[in-house]
Amino acid sequence: MEIFLSQLFIGLSVASILLLVALGLTFTFGQMNVINMAHGEFVMAGAYTTYVIQGALGASLVTLGFLVALPLAFLVGGALGVVLEWVLIRRLSGRPLDTLLATFGVALILQQVARDVFGASNVQVRAPAFLDGAITVAGVSMSYTRLFIIALVGVCLAAIWAHLGRSPAGRRMRAVMQNRDLAAASGVRTPRVDRRTFFIGSGLAGVAGVAVTLLGSVGPTLGTNYLIDAFLVVIVGGLGRLRGAVMAAVALGLFNAYVEYGTDASIAKAAAFALIVVFLQFRPQGLVVQRARGLT
Amino acid sequence: MRCETRRAARRLPALAAVLAALLAVACGQSAPEPGSSPSAEPGVSGDTIKVGILHSLSGTMAISEVSVKDAEQLAIDEINAQGGVLGKKLEPVVEDGASDWPTFAEKAQKLISSDNVAAVFGGWTSASRKAMLPVFERNKALLYYPVQYEGLESSPYIFYSGATTNQQIIPGLEHLKEKGVKRLFLLGSDYVFPRTANKEIKAWAKANGMEIVAEEYTPLGHTEYGTLVNKITAAKPDAVFNTLNGDSNVAFFKQLRNAGVSADDIPVMSVSVAEEEARGIGPDNLAGHLTAWNYYQTTDTPENEEFVKAYKQKYGADRVTDDPIEAGYVQVWLWAKSVEKAGSTNPEKVKQAAKGLTFDAPEGKVTIDGDTQHLYKTARIGRIRPDGLIEELSSSDEPIEPDPYLKGYDWAKGL
Repeated sequence: MEIFLSQLFIGLSVASILLLVALGLTFTFGQMNVINMAHGEFVMAGAYTTYVIQGALGASLVTLGFLVALPLAFLVGGALGVVLEWVLIRRLSGRPLDTLLATFGVALILQQVARDVFGASNVQVRAPAFLDGAITVAGVSMSYTRLFIIALVGVCLAAIWAHLGRSPAGRRMRAVMQNRDLAAASGVRTPRVDRRTFFIGSGLAGVAGVAVTLLGSVGPTLGTNYLIDAFLVVIVGGLGRLRGAVMAAVALGLFNAYVEYGTDASIAKAAAFALIVVFLQFRPQGLVVQRARGLT
Repeated sequence: MRCETRRAARRLPALAAVLAALLAVACGQSAPEPGSSPSAEPGVSGDTIKVGILHSLSGTMAISEVSVKDAEQLAIDEINAQGGVLGKKLEPVVEDGASDWPTFAEKAQKLISSDNVAAVFGGWTSASRKAMLPVFERNKALLYYPVQYEGLESSPYIFYSGATTNQQIIPGLEHLKEKGVKRLFLLGSDYVFPRTANKEIKAWAKANGMEIVAEEYTPLGHTEYGTLVNKITAAKPDAVFNTLNGDSNVAFFKQLRNAGVSADDIPVMSVSVAEEEARGIGPDNLAGHLTAWNYYQTTDTPENEEFVKAYKQKYGADRVTDDPIEAGYVQVWLWAKSVEKAGSTNPEKVKQAAKGLTFDAPEGKVTIDGDTQHLYKTARIGRIRPDGLIEELSSSDEPIEPDPYLKGYDWAKGL
């Protein structure tokens, strides 16, 4: 029972990390149909933002540096995304394969830039003191860092839902996502909405970058570790569906946690991929389907 | 993808021409006459001798290999400052293995045939070494390999400057046994080095009455260790023997500490975490855990004092030295000494001259074992300090004879 609960917590924690990285992708991939291979590098940029800010503030302000990094990484990721959208993706609209290759090239360039600026070695990001350690509830040890990431995902989700559902700008984003031509004909300036969508999606990648510094390495290739899993979440969840992404992330996280406990990490990963292949055979549109006319 | 293929098909004639040209070049490089003998004095032209440096300068292994390349260049600079080898200056040709094993083989071939280098210093992962081995044997050229590895290999054209099993892993196990460890948890990345090392560890444990409570592998680049930490705390081992490589170490140690497991509760003995990796993992997460190597930045020899000073002067005060970095530096010197002694860069003559050659390295005296082309090295068990450097807890005092096939150990029969 204790193991069951411990793994439940780990599964939810894995789900929260997957979801955090995938959230931005549900916007750019799901809503704009852009396969952005540089998304992982925006995560990496967020992680290095934390490193730079902690370095600038010094060892005594580790906690402050970490908290300041959250909004700043959102801006850094968002800015990178807007530049990418403006310089490249806008000019390749409707050519998904060209976009895939071009953004893959951008990903390699960004990795090399990070390597030249910060060195090839991993850099150290310190976790804030208040996240040190774990709390034990009913025999289950829950580390504060994992709890923090779960909470952070909750905050991000709430903010996105509020933005899409309540604000005029968010409603325009949904309009463009559901039917671009009709939205344009109704007076929505779609290029501007695209830029905004890309800003938010890439900014979320930056926030994810800050969070993953708590758990993993901070180096030039950090993003590639997370990118594939994030794409899986978006595809299994159904393109552009937040609810689907949440469900997919939780399912993948729990599946991984329990299967890995019974077998090992390599088998769990292979089993997850096999399951996804079978799932997509029967439900290629994903868990949650977008119902709208004129959607390709 | 399908429509992309079709589009490409329209450009087929042009593509085919390019491919044919590429193939011609590639085949010309990778299929030399079988048994062709290298030029008598490879690398020598006029006043210079060309040597190859082949490490991953990009990709996932760049994290570790760039520093070794730096150390090798430092050694070349020092040798040149002292007048070079055979009165000629060394000229390094640097190639990028790009963390991709076939690339290592291709670039090795390029260094040998088109640059005609006298020797190549390079490689890190066992996979890269295994990829390069046939290239060097086929061309009868020399590779100097700077990293500890799993043993069970001894190519006549490779000099192994890092430790083999009996100079690192076995001393590490013996240290744990001395400290009263009875139950051991094995954790490694899923590839050739950890799997072979764990096979040896299990044989040793069986002969020494130590219980292996679990043997776990994770894919290279794995970042999620929550489940594994749960497995470790549930199995309650006395210690963990860690053969993880690369970024995974960062994730593992961070998440182990986050779960509230300290080095006092369950110490982790690592064989692939050195000072360079410690910087990226964060000393907070590592303090108190154990390592097994042949060299630490804190190793107390006059040669090391000079080496650390020179390395920091050239590459920055914030840089650290560690075992593979030192081995990279030492192997260039060993090659240079062998060439001086042989009076030639001819690989056969260099190999002959290298037998029994000794060198006062930063790690202490090392001697080339002529039969295996491994080094006699001193084993050192260390503990990671809160500042990220490693302090020596115990050492073998004397350099240990390399025994890559573990012939001297009864328990290793049948491996």
